Amino acid sequence: MSLRATTSQTVGPFFSIGLSRLKQVDLVGAGVSGERVTIAGRMLDGDGKPVPDGVVETWQANAQGKYAHPEDNQNKSLEAGFMGYGRIMTDDNGKFQFTTIKPGQVPAPNGKTPQAPHIAVSVFARGLGRRLVTRIYFPDEPSNSGDFVLNLVESARRETLIAKKTTGESGMLEWNIILQGPGETVFFDCGL
Amino acid sequence: MTKLAGYRRPYPGTQPNYLHPSYVSSIKRAPTKPLIYLPQTLSEVTGPVFGKESVDVKASDLTRQHSGEPLGERIVVSGRVLDEDGRAVPHTLVEIWQANAAGRYLHSRDQHNAPLDPNFTGCGHTLTDSEGRYRFVTIRPGEYPWGNHHNAWRPAHIHFSLFGPAFATRLVTQMYFPGDPLLPFDPIFNCTANEMARNRLISLFDWENTIPSQALGYRFDIVLSGREATPMET
Repeated sequence: MSLRATTSQTVGPFFSIGLSRLKQVDLVGAGVSGERVTIAGRMLDGDGKPVPDGVVETWQANAQGKYAHPEDNQNKSLEAGFMGYGRIMTDDNGKFQFTTIKPGQVPAPNGKTPQAPHIAVSVFARGLGRRLVTRIYFPDEPSNSGDFVLNLVESARRETLIAKKTTGESGMLEWNIILQGPGETVFFDCGL
Repeated sequence: MTKLAGYRRPYPGTQPNYLHPSYVSSIKRAPTKPLIYLPQTLSEVTGPVFGKESVDVKASDLTRQHSGEPLGERIVVSGRVLDEDGRAVPHTLVEIWQANAAGRYLHSRDQHNAPLDPNFTGCGHTLTDSEGRYRFVTIRPGEYPWGNHHNAWRPAHIHFSLFGPAFATRLVTQMYFPGDPLLPFDPIFNCTANEMARNRLISLFDWENTIPSQALGYRFDIVLSGREATPMET
């Protein structure tokens, strides 16, 4: 190794100038298979105040559990209308919402039980010198109990990673990002 | 099962701490619980791929987005995107945004009493070429005051956003200018303990890419996380 990765710096409060072009809140193109879900929530700080200048980026496999990436060599099919990438900005009340499909299971390393359906999430905001990484899992999903990542987390905090069903419309899920304090979301160290 | 190598974790001290009390916004936003170590999986070693179809070739010149020319000093900002082994990161998306020459962002939350420039939006993007090179033409951004502490001023900077090949290589950073007297006082620049790492955020004056009678050149090379030597089974 000859070089060190460049230091991260905060996204600041004015990122929408540069990042709005790729804003993506509906990830599902025409004809895409799978169970459509809308995930809505709020980003809150350590005082429970909304974070009105946050960015949530999501990355996930399609309903078959296949990533639209050249290094996913699984014998599963891609779908033209689904890239799996989302970029959502919080509003003045810290709210964010996006529509996607529930991903399929994807492999786990070293022969472990396949991972439960999940969405990889990056969180950026003013005040965060580098991104926070977390995951969204799905409620009533039998494979959650065997997911090796969920099992890295003490049970009392695990629920911060699992979206909740909301009463009313089907396909609506609630998942919040608590940056700090009681109910603090579990964040992962996955590299930069 | 296929074997894929993961991406390296940052060298200690070379990335900002989440809690950096002199950067006041970090106090209520930094997590208080330790991060949980996540072994990388197929989810982290893959990531969104943006091709030529998602790029507007004109977007790399921020001085040609309106009918007139923006005010300020034209500059060329260019460099290479590499991994930690010095290998080029080809065809990867680079997004930038910045204040105008007067130190004002085109953003409703920017209330700084400096003029907007009708000929400057302050956003651009490009893909690196096959050798990891990128190049923007823009205006040197102005310094501006902010509310962090008494008489706080941000050094001149350009925001950069890069994806690299994987979720694990995502990077958002800021590029600074050589000789800026505000750098030692800036809590954002100083969030990172390692001085050499911080100083790599400062671009270099670049004769080679300076255009006679037109624009000064600045060079800013960006390094994304490199790959582990040992593959894991995914």
